[in-house]
Amino acid sequence: MADTAVLLEFVEKLKAENADWVANFKETFGEVTVFVPRESIVDVAWVLKTKHGFDMLADLCGADRGPEEDPRFEVNYHLFSTKHHNRLRLKVLLSEDAPNLGTVTTVWKTADWHERETFDLFGVIFDGHPDLRRILLPSDFDGHALRKDYPLRGYEPYSLS
Amino acid sequence: MGLENNLWESLPDVVTVKLDAVINWARKSSIWPATFGLACCAIEMMNSVSARNDLSRFGAETFRASPRQADVMIVSGRVSRKMAPVLRRIYDQMPEPKWVISMGACATSGGVFDNYAIVQGVDKIVPVDIYIPGCPPRPEMLVHAITMLQEKIMKESVKDRYDTFEEESRKSIVPGTLPVTEGTALEKETEIEVAQNKVSRPYTIPSRHERRKSS
Repeated sequence: MADTAVLLEFVEKLKAENADWVANFKETFGEVTVFVPRESIVDVAWVLKTKHGFDMLADLCGADRGPEEDPRFEVNYHLFSTKHHNRLRLKVLLSEDAPNLGTVTTVWKTADWHERETFDLFGVIFDGHPDLRRILLPSDFDGHALRKDYPLRGYEPYSLS
Repeated sequence: MGLENNLWESLPDVVTVKLDAVINWARKSSIWPATFGLACCAIEMMNSVSARNDLSRFGAETFRASPRQADVMIVSGRVSRKMAPVLRRIYDQMPEPKWVISMGACATSGGVFDNYAIVQGVDKIVPVDIYIPGCPPRPEMLVHAITMLQEKIMKESVKDRYDTFEEESRKSIVPGTLPVTEGTALEKETEIEVAQNKVSRPYTIPSRHERRKSS
């Protein structure tokens, strides 16, 4: 895809605003991923939405790299622009002892349920989220199911009481 | 139910056998399912009701939306742990006589989903009469299951049906029509007494599954 040049320009623009915002970036297969430190994710999201036209948050998901890795969790933001049809990915790396991150619900309302899903399945806590509770698993479920050290079959067999 | 049990004991066998035959014929010929289509098996259930394989030939005339008007609950699809108390509640709301058909591999045994989220077989929650294997089973298999259930019904007797499920259902789930006394002193005292088996849990106090906040 010929658009990587355009996407890399966005990276340059972000760096020009504030050098802290881009910790790293990667470009593979025509897709550009920007590694953002966790303190600045809300600012980066706001700038990308208002100034550069990334008005749609296509996906917000978490990933667990494994209990031995540090940083353990990553949160991926897939941005899409309906105006100039560009896609950009933001990645925030979180370590296990501080799985806190600012919420981007103020930027894109759709992040609400996606952040609830990430909290439910990974345990990543989004500060400032209006209603952070479990969405897919039952509310009295113990643990975060999609972490790599959670067993596939769960811990206890199901019983109604 | 109590009246019929008592009556059956006092009548001579020659009368009760004939009465059983008539009553069972009536029950099996008009066995109305409750809609409990959860997942993909529900599509095959819809197929078995549609014109090509017509389930209403066998008496399953209408799928009642309200469990209070239904005879058989066809659990079609995987039951997640979050859905399980709901399933039990719908089952409890069905009046006797009631039967359960567990349709498909997921309802029978958890199917392909051997994980933390899916109940491994709906017979951990409700008593099942007929199990249908398949993923999904052909609509003809559901029709066959209904006919098998009808044969099973013909062999029953009215005196064997009783309302003991009340005890079981008190312990498992609570009708949600009464105010929830969550976290109050009344609940604490009663929970202690229930744990010591002095008292059975009253309907005003929600069981563990009711106490969870909305989901």
